[in-house]
Amino acid sequence: MEHIRMPKVENVRLVDRSSSRRIKVGTLYLTATHTIFVGKGSEDRCELWVLHSLVCNVVKHKASQSGYPLLIHCKNFQVMQFIISQESDCHNVYISLSRLSRPEKYEELYCFSFNPNVDKAEREHSWDFLDLKAEYSRMGLPNKLWHVTPINREYRVCDTYPADLFVPQSVTLPVIIGSSKFRSRGRFPTLSYYCKENHATICRSSQPLSGFSARCLEDEQMLQAIMKSNPGSRFMYVVDTRPKLNAMANRAAGKGYENEDNYCNIKFQFIGIENIHVMRNSQQKLIEVSALRSPSMGEFLMGLENSDWLRHIKSIMEAGIFISKAVAEEGVNVLVHCSDGWDRTAQVCSVASVLLDPYYRTLKGLMVLIEKDWVSFGHKFSHRCGHLDGEAKEVSPVIDQFLDCLWQLMEQFPCYFEYNEKFLINIHNHIYSCHYGNFICNSQKERKDLCIKEKTHSIWPHLWENKLDFMNPLFKPDQSQNQGLLRPRTAPYCFKYWRRLYNRFDRELHPRQSELDCLMTVKEETQQLEEDLALCEQKLAVLDKERAKTLYMQKGVLESKQALWSLPLDTSLANTPQDYIGGFIGGAPNLCLFGDKPKSSDADNSDQESGVADFSSHSSGEESLPSEDSVKDPDSDETGPNRA
Amino acid sequence: MELSEHIKTANVEDVTLRRPFHPALRGTLCVTSHHLLFSDRKDEASWQLLILLKNIDAIEKSVENLFGYPRAMGSSGTITIKCKDLLVLQLEIPGMEECLNIASSIEALSSLESVTEMYPFFYRPSHLTLNGPWGLSSTEQYYKQTERLWDRWRVSTVNSDYSVCPSYPSAVIVPREVDDDKLIRSARFRQGGRFPVLSYCHHRNGMVIMRSSQPLTGANKKRCKEDELLLQAVIDGSELGYIIDLRSAQQAQQARMTGGGFESKSFYSHWKRIHRHHERGKIVQESLIKLVEACSDPSHSVDRWLSKLENSKWLSHVHSALSTAGLVVECVERDGHSVLVHGSEGTDNTLLVSSLAQLILDPASRTVTGFLCLLEREWIQAGHPFQQRCAHSAYSHARLKQECPIFLLLLDCVWQVWRQFPLALEFSEALLLRLAQEVYASNYGTFLCNSEQERCAAGVKENTHCLFQSLLRPDIEEQYLNPLYEPTDLAIWPSVHPQSLQLWTGLFLRWTEYAQNMEEAREEVWSIVKEHHEQAGPDRTNNTLSTHCDTLTPFENLMDELTIL
Repeated sequence: MEHIRMPKVENVRLVDRSSSRRIKVGTLYLTATHTIFVGKGSEDRCELWVLHSLVCNVVKHKASQSGYPLLIHCKNFQVMQFIISQESDCHNVYISLSRLSRPEKYEELYCFSFNPNVDKAEREHSWDFLDLKAEYSRMGLPNKLWHVTPINREYRVCDTYPADLFVPQSVTLPVIIGSSKFRSRGRFPTLSYYCKENHATICRSSQPLSGFSARCLEDEQMLQAIMKSNPGSRFMYVVDTRPKLNAMANRAAGKGYENEDNYCNIKFQFIGIENIHVMRNSQQKLIEVSALRSPSMGEFLMGLENSDWLRHIKSIMEAGIFISKAVAEEGVNVLVHCSDGWDRTAQVCSVASVLLDPYYRTLKGLMVLIEKDWVSFGHKFSHRCGHLDGEAKEVSPVIDQFLDCLWQLMEQFPCYFEYNEKFLINIHNHIYSCHYGNFICNSQKERKDLCIKEKTHSIWPHLWENKLDFMNPLFKPDQSQNQGLLRPRTAPYCFKYWRRLYNRFDRELHPRQSELDCLMTVKEETQQLEEDLALCEQKLAVLDKERAKTLYMQKGVLESKQALWSLPLDTSLANTPQDYIGGFIGGAPNLCLFGDKPKSSDADNSDQESGVADFSSHSSGEESLPSEDSVKDPDSDETGPNRA
Repeated sequence: MELSEHIKTANVEDVTLRRPFHPALRGTLCVTSHHLLFSDRKDEASWQLLILLKNIDAIEKSVENLFGYPRAMGSSGTITIKCKDLLVLQLEIPGMEECLNIASSIEALSSLESVTEMYPFFYRPSHLTLNGPWGLSSTEQYYKQTERLWDRWRVSTVNSDYSVCPSYPSAVIVPREVDDDKLIRSARFRQGGRFPVLSYCHHRNGMVIMRSSQPLTGANKKRCKEDELLLQAVIDGSELGYIIDLRSAQQAQQARMTGGGFESKSFYSHWKRIHRHHERGKIVQESLIKLVEACSDPSHSVDRWLSKLENSKWLSHVHSALSTAGLVVECVERDGHSVLVHGSEGTDNTLLVSSLAQLILDPASRTVTGFLCLLEREWIQAGHPFQQRCAHSAYSHARLKQECPIFLLLLDCVWQVWRQFPLALEFSEALLLRLAQEVYASNYGTFLCNSEQERCAAGVKENTHCLFQSLLRPDIEEQYLNPLYEPTDLAIWPSVHPQSLQLWTGLFLRWTEYAQNMEEAREEVWSIVKEHHEQAGPDRTNNTLSTHCDTLTPFENLMDELTIL
């Protein structure tokens, strides 16, 4: 609170970016967690809440006639322009917001103060919603080829890796330690995805510290073991996702890439995805283009092209395709790395996994994938998303690109994803919002040290509860094509600008009618109707049985009564029905089951002698079957009450 | 010369056919007067490909003659056929002579100039008869059905022998108080005799959209009293009408040098003129050529793709067409003024803008029948020179004459509107694609000739079948319907921000795998809706759909940027 110089400013104008003529006047409030704008006026009363953690930057513009403009850019691509009449007020808001949006300590983040109305048990339970162990066992692990090594339990070998890591059974602890010493940040090769159909795997690591000539026997053994863990293949791919030049430059710093001569049976491949700095600049340009006020077609397309954004998306996609094909078609293991193995490697491994495994195209599957490849493997969310005030050069839209790739795939394969783009946009929002604890910190160890699970809530159950909003109505899970590898096209025209994300808040840019929402409702309604129908059919079935029974009862009621009450009169009366139904008598045991619910009237209208009627009348007193079930039976209701 | 004289080799065996996404096929190729027929020679499932020769835009041939071998053994040729519907096929033909013969037949027969030699005059399917009325409606019928016109408007048959305006239909709708003499004089003052006629009368407020060609004011600023009176009668005492001139102010000025011009403020005091620049003719045709070239080149990187897309300017044309149509709608619907639209000839962009405006404004034009009627009224009858404009499509190397894909541009704009209002149109993308194909090569006579007069002279109505009628009869095919259709009475204002406009992949990438996944999605939409129909019946489906219409708000800032002369 000490950072808020000015908790409230009156007479602030909120300018609609799409039309300068639409202006809302109201009051601006600064709280510890949100900037809140409350519009005046009864008819267009609006409230705008913006989390401080979503604020990317605050800019003061030159004073205009109407006052002092303050522009707020958010990490979810929302842009707000306020005009404040007093310069001092404007400055105070500016200073306060600049500080509030750049927290210095994790404890200042919203997730530590966010307190929904749930008890402790429920919160802890929210963290159990996803279980990576279950995910690995879904893949078929551990098995006789791969097992969990306890070596990183205390994060001593690699502090940016998760505690539980899968390595080949044959690898010994010294080999792991040796290999980790030969890899940047100790990120030794470990399993990311296992394909149980053909035992091929995607493994990941950081770059080797090979310099110009250094070798490491353990690292070579490690790769050899990974290669051999796949009985069907005689070589493995090592994919360096960096441009060759970058990788070579790293050699001068004692890092670098694998020398094919030193490692047995590897095929080495560069992919050429640019580094985080290039990506940051690219997205910056993209955002500028998306925020142009009324660009011409040419300005927009050239701006899009000059940003290079789609080219980068394409290169990530192509890397994913290469790996997924190697695994699915060649059945070959792939080791993926970049420099540290937490940016490009995460992108490429997860894109490949989505292409390979339909599970990751489901809601739960995508959550698990992000939890596994990004959160647990130490993608540096805090640095990349700029959660805390820090090095601007560490910020980069690495995970944005992954989500963008997913969206491109959804555009190409509209029927193969269970989720829709709203799901991606929601995830994107929450990665940056710091509303939940999932994407705080840079590694599992840091999260453990900060007691994230004890102090914050998990996003996943929250998304899961709202899953109806995130469903793709066109999803066809049973489609045979959807079982296998997705083969996206990579012709340039297949890569499109993701308007829903980058122009998310420019409402006038989006279709006014939503095909998906409409289909979703239609689908839901159909389902409801089907359920209703099923229920009706069920009732009908019961009714039919009732009828069948009625028929029987009319003829064989004595039989059932006897069974029920074991009346002493049986012999004399039992003869009568048997004469009527003949062979049907075999149904008697069944009828006995239902026999406790006979219609009172059934027997009444039957052409039986009076003694039977007595039984029925007796039974009607005990009858509890609701009469609506038999409304269609004209006999039953009319006479029932009379007799009762 | 008989058509068959162009055919030197009618049949070739052992031809290999290659087309996108299909394995190569071997079979027999056959050339007839109007078709190229390829049949698979497998007996059990004989598969045939029938291509209208008119659909062929360009062919490329390459022959290989292995030197020293007898001709029959070593020589073969490849013909690449590029169709106007953008499909590209390859035929490998054994025998160099055969190959060259086939190629020259295709070249000659695909570019027939005489209308009555064209296939629609020979197309006689058993389920259609030539008797009965041709087309969906006439000016008179339209007038009869549109009660709101009866008070102030009349049908004039001043053009019944096409002498006043050769490109207009025989009957047009004009203000009741303007007599035929005035029309004749106004026609003399307008290029090609295209005097202002009614295009649309808005059902909400009675405001109208008129269209014409440019006035022939010339360098001397000539005026025409009757033309002024005609326009005065259009607004009938209300203080203001808008003239949307589809040229920049500068172009309009320049047009005076060649005898054209614009309505000057001093003589048309109640009309406010707004200039909106639209490309026309050759520029738009070249734009299509560049776009198709960009789409069919798979090798380039993302960068070059975007600059090629930009460089083609196709989307810019889409953008201008939709913005100007939006502007017209804004004048009519929001500001309650009548509008006159014209460019130079009034046969291209004028029709584009006036018909798009109607689609946005008028719920009746968003049904299948309504849309086809709109096309018939505003394009066929209004005299869009289809034969000239659609003589060639994107692949032809022939020197451009009068080609211009304005109609394709219209279809693209309609597609953009559908993307933004997926529930508002009764028809589907498939109908637009079908039209895009038919306009270049067709079994039907609908798109033949350049005007009603020519159609009359050639006997089109007596000797060919009408596409629109056949589309609607007896029941329109399901694929042409939008399963999500939910009529709305409101104007459907499209967004014209560049971010909101997309490449029409269904058309331009039609023959790529990309389009195939979309087909699957389309089928899925149908199956979801059908399932619902089965459960609920059509009435309830509509109720569900209607909850998904967001409030339709106009785009706001068009009026800010008007350039008013």
